[in-house]
Amino acid sequence: MNLFSLSATFPRALAALTLACAALAPAAQAAQAATPAEQLAGYTAQAGAPASPARGQQLFTSKHGGEWSCSSCHGAVPTQAGKHASTGKPIGAMAPAFNPERFTDPAKTEKWFRRNCKDVLSRECTAGEKADVLSWLMTLKP
Amino acid sequence: MPHPRHTRMGRLALGLLAASGLALPTLPALADGNGRMVPLTPKYKEECSACHVAYPPSLMPAASWNRIMNNLPNHFGTDASLDPATVKELSGWINAHAGTYKRVREEPPQDRITRTAWFIHKHDEVSAATWKRASIKSASNCIACHTTADQGDFDEDNVRIPR
Repeated sequence: MNLFSLSATFPRALAALTLACAALAPAAQAAQAATPAEQLAGYTAQAGAPASPARGQQLFTSKHGGEWSCSSCHGAVPTQAGKHASTGKPIGAMAPAFNPERFTDPAKTEKWFRRNCKDVLSRECTAGEKADVLSWLMTLKP
Repeated sequence: MPHPRHTRMGRLALGLLAASGLALPTLPALADGNGRMVPLTPKYKEECSACHVAYPPSLMPAASWNRIMNNLPNHFGTDASLDPATVKELSGWINAHAGTYKRVREEPPQDRITRTAWFIHKHDEVSAATWKRASIKSASNCIACHTTADQGDFDEDNVRIPR
């Protein structure tokens, strides 16, 4: 690309970007973006106690008297793709360092904690338990 | 999927209808029993294909789908609960596109697509040993063999049975 084409492209790209941002604005309001660290801070504040990665790992890998653990679908160390225990459908890695989409949408985080804690523990998880699990996932690095 | 032999003719008919501008009101009726006809909405794909393939609504009658949608917290052994607004939105779309074709009108046992008479008939050449392969695992795992099932396309031409 020469300088001329660059200067010709730039205003168009800028216009497209502006349009894209305008189009995205309502969606961004509906689905609040957040980092894993921000969500961990939120759960920790709700729990009123610091998170424990070791407790999180314990929760994640135990069956709690039921048929499944979180690991049944996500793997014992969720740094790579898992597999749904009944349908076999691949599930992307859970650890944020291995899958940048993870824990970026608090509504989605809440939806899946609600569903999966009911499946594994037969109840919803507390804020403290969610903080523990997330803090453990955040310790997993490449 | 229920009657692949009709697929090409159906597509042609749909194309002609679309060209004549008559497609919309007749589309659901034409689409019955043929997953390819109705494009799955992004919301349906997002919410209904996280754990399994997004099954086209045309594969079961509305009564079966409504029981499923009203009981998402107990969804075939897992909690698939959604917020009420999303349930309402998805149910509306599913009802508009649920199966009404005569072979799909039947409500299968346990509201399982795999228990419909047409499904059993269509898969009667598949041996019990084939179903049990690790690469297939379950009759609900459409995409193991129907390689374009995630697009709602069950055309027989795209079937590859894995070893």
